[in-house]
Order: sequence, then C-alpha cells, then structure tokens
Amino acid sequence: MSLALQTFSTVKDASAALQAAGARYLGGGTLVVRAANEGDVSLSSLVRVTDPSLSRIAVSGGKARLGASVTMAAVARHPELNALSPAARAVGGPAIRNMATVGGNLFAPAPYGDFTVALLALDAIVVTEDGEMPIETFLTGRNASRAVVTAVAFPLPAAESFRFRKVSRVKPKGVSVLSIAALLQRTSDGVVTSARIAFGCMADRPMRAKAAEKALLGCKLTSKEIAPALAAAGAGTSPITDPIASAWYRAEVLPVHLGRLLVG
Amino acid sequence: MAKVPVQFTLNGSEKAEFVESGTTLLNALRDKIGDTSPKGGCHQGTCGACSVIIDGELRLSCLTLAETCGGANIKTTAGLAEGGVLHPLQRAFLDGFATQCGFCTPGMIMAAKVLLDRTPNPSREDVVEALSGNVCRCTGYEPIIQAVLSAARANSQNVA
Ligand SMILES: Cc1cc2nc3c(=O)[nH]c(=O)nc-3n(C[C@H](O)[C@H](O)[C@H](O)COP(=O)(O)OP(=O)(O)OC[C@H]3O[C@@H](n4cnc5c(N)ncnc54)[C@H](O)[C@@H]3O)c2cc1C
Ligand code: FES
Ligand code: FES
Repeated sequence: MSLALQTFSTVKDASAALQAAGARYLGGGTLVVRAANEGDVSLSSLVRVTDPSLSRIAVSGGKARLGASVTMAAVARHPELNALSPAARAVGGPAIRNMATVGGNLFAPAPYGDFTVALLALDAIVVTEDGEMPIETFLTGRNASRAVVTAVAFPLPAAESFRFRKVSRVKPKGVSVLSIAALLQRTSDGVVTSARIAFGCMADRPMRAKAAEKALLGCKLTSKEIAPALAAAGAGTSPITDPIASAWYRAEVLPVHLGRLLVG
Repeated sequence: MAKVPVQFTLNGSEKAEFVESGTTLLNALRDKIGDTSPKGGCHQGTCGACSVIIDGELRLSCLTLAETCGGANIKTTAGLAEGGVLHPLQRAFLDGFATQCGFCTPGMIMAAKVLLDRTPNPSREDVVEALSGNVCRCTGYEPIIQAVLSAARANSQNVA
C-alpha cells in the first residue's frame, strides 16, 4: 500500500490539492490513517495543513471558536470550555483524545461523532474554506463536501442549560450505544421555553430530535411532564446496528436515557 | 514510491531516516530504526500496544504518520532504563506480576508514565482512566493498576 502525504502551510493550497481523486484531508488521523491501515484502496494521498491558527481556541464575549485542528484533549482541559468538557472526554481514551480533532469529529460516522452531537445541540456554525453554514446544513451535505473545515463557532452555554450524556457499555472508555446533548432554556420557575436536542447513533450521523424538542416546550422537567417528549423521542430516527448494539436496542433505551438526562 | 526524510529525537538521540511516504511511526520505529518496544496489536487505535510519548503527550504510533513527527521529541519504553537500572514503573510491573505475555506492557508503561509525570500521586480512578485506551488480554488489569500505584508510592518516597 502506498500513500503519499502532502503538507501545506495554507488552507488555500491544501484545498486545491484535495480536489484530486483519492485525496483526503488528514486531521488527527484516528479515522483516516486507520482506514489506510485497513487497506482502504480509495485513499491515495493525504493532505495536511500546518497553519497554527487551525489549532487555536478563542473564547470571548460569551462565544467560542475552535480551530478544526483543536484536539479533544485541548477542549477537555480548557478552563473556559467546561460546558464542553464532558463531550470532549467522551471521545476514546487518552491517546485518542490527544489526536482526535474537532474537524475530524464532524465527519465521523456513527457510532462515532460524540463531540459533534454536542456541537449540534449548540447550533454551531461550521466554517469552511468555501464559507460558513449552520452545522445541520453541514452534516446533511458532508459526504459531498470537499472543502477544508477551518473552525466551528458557537455561543457558550450557561452551565445549567447544557447537558450531555454518552451511554456506553465499557467504562470509562467505550464506543457509544448512543449519546445525547440538550440545550434547554427555562424560566425561573423551571418551565422550558426553548429546547434543542441532538442524538448520536440514532442515524448514520448526529441528528436533531425535533419532535421531542417541541413536546418539551411549556413543560417542567418532571417525569410526568416530560413523558410526551420521551414518547416522541424516536420520531424520525433510524438507529445503527453494530457490534455494540442493535437498532432495536438503541430505539428501546433512547427514551430511558433521554429521561435520565432531562430529570436526573 | 518516493522516500521522504524524517528526523526526530528518540529517547534522547537524534534519528534521521528515509521512509516511504505514508509510513506510520510504528512501522518506522520498528522496521527502520529498530526500536521494537512499541508493539503493533491492531493498527486500528483500539489496543494501545503501540503507545509512545510525543512531545510529552501519549499518542498511538500506529495512527501517526512518521513524516508528521519532524523535529519531535519521542519517548518509548526502550528508553526508560538508565545505566542498566530499570525505571520504577518497569520495576513495579515486574515485581507486581503486571506483565505476563508482555505484549501490552510497553504501551501500558507509556500511558502510566505520562500520568505519573503530571500526577505524581494518582488515585486508583486516575490510573484506570489513564490506562483506559490500553487492552491487556492476560492480567485482568488489577495487577497493572496496583503496579502503577506502587510505582507512584515508590517515587514519592524517593522524593521525600
Ligand atoms: C480506538 C478509537 C476510539 C474512538 N472513540 C471515539 C469515541 O468514543 N467518540 C467519537 O466521537 N469518536 C471516536 N473515535 C473516532 C475518532 O477518533 C474521532 O471521531 C475523531 O474526532 C476524528 O478526528 P481525526 O482528527 O482523528 O479525524 P481524521 O481521521 O484525521 O479524519 C476523519 C475524516 O474527516 C476528514 N477531515 C478531518 N478534518 C477535516 C477538516 N478540517 N476539513 C475537512 N475534512 C476533514 C478526513 O478527511 C477524514 O475523512 C474513535 C477512534 C478510534 C480509533
Ligand atoms: S497497534 Fe496502535 S492501538 Fe493497537
Ligand atoms: S500481559 Fe499479555 S496482554 Fe497484557
């Protein structure tokens, strides 16, 4: 197997090189080098960019911007990104977290993509060489995307409004049965005024739980009041089947874990 | 296939080699440089046997391309013993029966070393977390966890 690595100092030059057939961007390499090791013949060259701005984390005015090459470990240890730390820590073991990038996670197929589930609930903007777009639009079109992702940007959530849960069988590190992130705004007496919920492993890539979001509006987070939201949780999902869990199992346990996230 | 130069520091000494583009660091270390302490268990990132320390951080050499390590400072288990004296972690693994077939051991020791470098007195939980990317098919993990804790105790006694 031969694989050529091309290194560029600017995103612009890398983008041009990525247009060639068989060329793929190299982030941390945890998926793409693994594919090469497994003999993926569709890969003939890897393209990487050394521009240090891709590894920059900027937090100001309640907003965060993470360069595409920022690693899960860098997010997990950043003092101003505490809200995102559980999602970053959910990715792999320590060595994987030192390598796995934010940009690569946006492309990770289920059962991976736990961090992207959090970004989807936060309504992040994905910045690419070709312009910016909401993460939902990005995820829908990602298979056809040939542009280099340079950053993601999102408003930092208040600690009490953002929740994340990854369910796995092996502790502390295991592949997801599913993951859930929720951004909830509530009145002072606890009534939900807005809800944005994202699921991982409930489709081939992270997805919004729009029916559950709608059913939560006007509710307090009690077992009784969230029941309609849990009943609606499975709407539109098509969970994956893999060695960790079958689609049936994932569908069965989704409302249980959503309930724990909301009430717990 | 064109060969490309790679140059880095391995366990304190300068290495320069020509490798085929796309060669993993694991293959470069084992097949070119002759450091066979990192093991190739899965080449998929799942076993941790290939773990090495690059610029102070634990990484998987099977998923790292050698060309991306230009100028890096790389440490492997082969470089731990000094003057024929085993590193406290190596000593603790031997004394505590934390190594059986030994295939996972160099990766376990690298993962434990980055932990102890940052957290000299780790809790059991810290150790479990630090080793969570490393698979052992022999020991059942408990002796490994105990060995890391005992190496930490030995270190702190030496310092005190
Ligand atoms: C043992 C193991 C355990 C894992 N556990 C988890 C887990 O628990 N949760 C989880 O979410 N993931 C997990 N992963 C998957 C993976 O490590 C992460 O999803 C990671 O974030 C991928 O990032 P990367 O930088 O390594 O991607 P790479 O492998 O570098 O790239 C992945 C894909 O994205 C493309 N890409 C990467 N960056 C860009 C960019 N900036 N612009 C355009 N395209 C880009 C690449 O071309 C490639 O197609 C695991 C992987 C392994 C090997
Ligand atoms: S050989 Fe690298 S993780 Fe298994
Ligand atoms: S000692 Fe054999 S795999 Fe750990």
